[in-house]
Amino acid sequence: MLKARIIPCLDVNDGRVVKGVKFQNLRDAGSPEELAAHYEQQGADELVVLDVSATRQARLAMLETVEIVRKQLSIPLTVGGGVGSVEDAGRLLNAGADKVSINSAAVRNPDLVNEMSTRFGAQCTVVAIDAKMTDGQFQVLTRSGTEAETLDAVAWAAEAQQRGAGEILLTSFDRDGTRSGYDLPMLTAVTNACSLPVIASGGANSVAHMVEAFEHGAHAVLAASIFHDGNMTVNDVKRDLADQGISTRTLVS
Amino acid sequence: MIEIINTGVANIRSLQAAFDRLGAAWNLTDDASLIESASHVVLPGVGAYAAAVAQVDQRGLRNTIVERINAGRPTLCICLGMQMLGQSSEESPGVEGLGILPYEIKRFSDNVKVPQLGWNTVTPNSNSSKQFYDSGEAYFANSFRLGEPPDAATGWNHATTDYDGSFVSSIWKDGVLACQFHPELSGPWGQQLLQHWIDGGLA
Repeated sequence: MLKARIIPCLDVNDGRVVKGVKFQNLRDAGSPEELAAHYEQQGADELVVLDVSATRQARLAMLETVEIVRKQLSIPLTVGGGVGSVEDAGRLLNAGADKVSINSAAVRNPDLVNEMSTRFGAQCTVVAIDAKMTDGQFQVLTRSGTEAETLDAVAWAAEAQQRGAGEILLTSFDRDGTRSGYDLPMLTAVTNACSLPVIASGGANSVAHMVEAFEHGAHAVLAASIFHDGNMTVNDVKRDLADQGISTRTLVS
Repeated sequence: MIEIINTGVANIRSLQAAFDRLGAAWNLTDDASLIESASHVVLPGVGAYAAAVAQVDQRGLRNTIVERINAGRPTLCICLGMQMLGQSSEESPGVEGLGILPYEIKRFSDNVKVPQLGWNTVTPNSNSSKQFYDSGEAYFANSFRLGEPPDAATGWNHATTDYDGSFVSSIWKDGVLACQFHPELSGPWGQQLLQHWIDGGLA
């Protein structure tokens, strides 16, 4: 049986891991390579590294970060943030990413999903969707949550699947960094509308939140604060999930 | 030296990093003579079936690869690399695989999420006489798979995994190991499997 996945997320700005609330007020949380090694040892099933840099200089540093992290990591690595073209994706894959997530650029130019999927395969084409509840709909946001689009997250997820995406990374802007749990109605709506694996993101503060996400159709859960703060290790989470009947990869010592 | 066949389409950084961690020297090549003479060869595979087969043929490597594998020389075929050992795939009708084994690769049904993306249990066939790996959990990223194991009379061993029913997640014989999963992304268990293959632990 396919296992539920626990995915720590590193938001990286200019070579350092940062963490914010609702995508703002970034504070330092450590070095990417140290945290990556740390989480792998704890039993992380995969790692997501998102580039939240604002400058071109910092973006170039990201390739180096990916190379360093890749060298030590024996689990899958997804990289995203600021990917604007197939060439950008190719550079990240060449630096050592196994999957590349695209967000704003795919909303601007949906053909980018088809192009990436054709060139590199569906299995490495992740469409990241940031959304918030607006007038009873899940409105897609781009550019780190600063721009609201006239696009519904549920319809966009279904379209991304048709265009060849292999996975959806679904982040709730309303819940990001708030520790109030994943946005379950949004998760349900998206997993019902699309048959791709969906990674739930934004709002996790407890194992109970993760259990809820899996019960609402998530294939994987992403979390940052809960792990960065050191209150729980990935292995702690997995042990508690097992008690609740959710099967994950067992940590090999 | 491990010669990794450069098919131009596969993302192989993770594989190279895994060999580096194991201290195993590798080289990327599409030179048929190197692939013929190397102690170890890897046929990686990511992307579409037709494109991968076309890359092998354009580089004139088909016979060299088939001969190595038929001779049981250390060769590791990953993901699409395993699928290419068969005759054909539903993914690319009409495209001729390497034809080493008489099988057709089929897509998972709509009863499950496709692609299969994540960790799943690999269980070696209990009748296998040569157990070089224990049951463990491996990382998969595939939409297509081999449904039925090779006839035992052919000497191929196999391991199975449950997703949309049981499918064949690995086959091995002499020095040849083919995995539908990615050992290079399968944590310590995957690293150990790679080490066994390098050490010739299959024979």
